[in-house]
Amino acid sequence: MPDLHEVVIIGSGPAGLTAAIYAARASLAPLVLEGEPSSTGDQPGGQLMLTTEVENYPGFPQGIMGPELMMQFKEQAVRFGAKAETVKASRVDLSERPFKVWVGDPDAPEPTYLAKSLIVATGAKSLMLGLPNEQPLIGHGVSTCATCDGFFFRDQDIAVVGGGDSAIEEATFLTKFASSVTIIHRRDELRASKIMQDRAFANEKIRFMWNTEVTEIVGTDRVEGLKVMNNETNEAGDLAVTGLFVAIGHRPNTDLFAGQLAMKDNGYLVTHAPSTYTSVEGVFGCGDVQDDVYRQAITSAGSGCAAAIDAERWLEAQEDAGH
Amino acid sequence: MSDKVSNLTETTFDEVVNGSAEPVVVDFWAEWCGPCKMVAPILDEIAEEQDGKVKVTKLNVDENPAVAQRFGVMSIPTMLVFRDGEVDRRIVGAKGKAQLMEELGL
Repeated sequence: MPDLHEVVIIGSGPAGLTAAIYAARASLAPLVLEGEPSSTGDQPGGQLMLTTEVENYPGFPQGIMGPELMMQFKEQAVRFGAKAETVKASRVDLSERPFKVWVGDPDAPEPTYLAKSLIVATGAKSLMLGLPNEQPLIGHGVSTCATCDGFFFRDQDIAVVGGGDSAIEEATFLTKFASSVTIIHRRDELRASKIMQDRAFANEKIRFMWNTEVTEIVGTDRVEGLKVMNNETNEAGDLAVTGLFVAIGHRPNTDLFAGQLAMKDNGYLVTHAPSTYTSVEGVFGCGDVQDDVYRQAITSAGSGCAAAIDAERWLEAQEDAGH
Repeated sequence: MSDKVSNLTETTFDEVVNGSAEPVVVDFWAEWCGPCKMVAPILDEIAEEQDGKVKVTKLNVDENPAVAQRFGVMSIPTMLVFRDGEVDRRIVGAKGKAQLMEELGL
């Protein structure tokens, strides 16, 4: 029989690791399935592993590097007895308790872990444009990680697609290397926060293409340029760039729970605010996987704390009821 | 870092890669790259487990930009596998251990 855990936490971003800190301090010895390395936000440490300076996380007045912050989260969780495994859950069965979690082969007859309670903190990953050339050119001019790849675009002209905080943050960061950064945005105004916008508008290296969409990535071995179209005038154009950074938003990592946990139309988990209860009793949701409104490191950490407290109290109530 | 993993530089690169009987994995990385940090311990494990079958090395792109440029590395982590001095496989982006082993051909 697989081991039975009081709490299994799937995900290791700010939500998952905060839940781990609280659950560990409640002597629940949580097991964190932290995910597998990747160059998208779906990896141990979550989306902050792909960011540079985090300036809005309280307690770090001078800012802190995203990966560094996540290492500290983990260290804190481990210090109180949380156990982290660098594995990715491949299947869950929430139809009866204890819940079953598989790692590796999802068709294996025996689950890998059994859990009395489950905290879902699988986060979100960035969307890609879905253009034909996009996947093959990743690593050859198309990038999913500005902090990883900006260095290789020194003195080159590059483009960032998107208009939210992450697009503007990436564009601003990339001006450290690139000679110019063109922000291609399908609307005529940015969604990014005011402070990020002001910084971008004041940056001489940043240019804007409003109401514009990328229709084609040109190049076979590497990115040579983009074909773009103005979505108001339908006017087509070319943009000579050697790099393309995509930051057009996120999709929650909820595929694992399809048909088992209630979700909104946009795929985000339904939780019963102000609690973190999902549609299945004993399963709690926290962080970006259930947040299509705030999506900040601090709100994720906050809901991770709530999920651990909810799980702890629910487990206690189960014991009291003699289950 | 495992002592089975060696650091390459611009000066040692050709000698190590061309002079090896086993295939050589070169992990292009830098301090500021989050996914590189996650993949490093996996490469350490692979180096230990596959000792004698494959040589695992690292190249810091910050300190050795010319080598990165020579092999068209535009994203890190990138792992190149050299056989007889020629690039045999190219893996872009961090991966889990099972997938990495498969893509490395191990």
